[in-house]
Amino acid sequence: MIDRSFIGKTFPPLHVDVEAGQLRNFARATGQRDPVYTDETAARAAGYRALPAPLTFLFTLDQDREDRFYFINAMGIELGHVLHGEQAFTYGAPICAGDRVTLTCTCMDIYDKKGGAMEFVILKTQATNQLGEDLGSMTGTIVVRDPK
Amino acid sequence: MNAFAHDVTFDSVEVGDSLPAVTSKPISRTTLALFAGASGDHNPIHIDIDFAKAAGMPDVFAHGMLGMAYLGHLLTAWVPQRAVREFSTRFVSITQVHAVVTCTGRVVEKREGNLVALEIEAADQNGDVKLAGKAVVELP
Repeated sequence: MIDRSFIGKTFPPLHVDVEAGQLRNFARATGQRDPVYTDETAARAAGYRALPAPLTFLFTLDQDREDRFYFINAMGIELGHVLHGEQAFTYGAPICAGDRVTLTCTCMDIYDKKGGAMEFVILKTQATNQLGEDLGSMTGTIVVRDPK
Repeated sequence: MNAFAHDVTFDSVEVGDSLPAVTSKPISRTTLALFAGASGDHNPIHIDIDFAKAAGMPDVFAHGMLGMAYLGHLLTAWVPQRAVREFSTRFVSITQVHAVVTCTGRVVEKREGNLVALEIEAADQNGDVKLAGKAVVELP
């Protein structure tokens, strides 16, 4: 069972750079056909100061760390038993290439269902940029099947 | 003429309207490898069949966030990205290798402040729902 004392814990903030190549790579890997996400000129014509990060990209920025399974490891969760249950985003200022984003992740809740056969971890990540602008947030629900 | 030009306004949409559907290419093992690299989601359950089998799964399966990226395409093909205020999904079932995912959506509510609430869905070629989500967009 996951230690419930993680509830309310905030992990150390992560500072990440948003790079144009990384955004183009993501667009190609997802079959994106809108040139706004790959072509600087199209992005500027659409009113962005540089290539915009797509709607789900905060999730990818959060992976830019030495230990991308940081909370899974910290909580002693078996990686092979992890499923993604839900994911939600709210949006503030756009995230664009060249930005430096600070992500702060807090464990909002941990609970179990089916007599402990499944555990749920809710993590909320707030994001701001180098100007202090609010970029919105993401909330993920991680499901752990057959937890140890 | 840019195929992604947007002209949707609050007055032009009605509850019950459908968004133009967006269909992915078949999801191959290569798709999953490239998405693992591009998205930073390196969970081996999506790219390493040995790991997947050891974890009790019959095969690797698609990242939930790949399906969510496709749902994002549905939204931003319809309205500019800056119109999107909220976007969420449940990952209803596992998306298998070789799936062709079609994303659909409809307007379910018009709210004060030019906000429009949507229900969105990603389903495979058999019609099995993989992701079921919601979004709120703010229209001019």
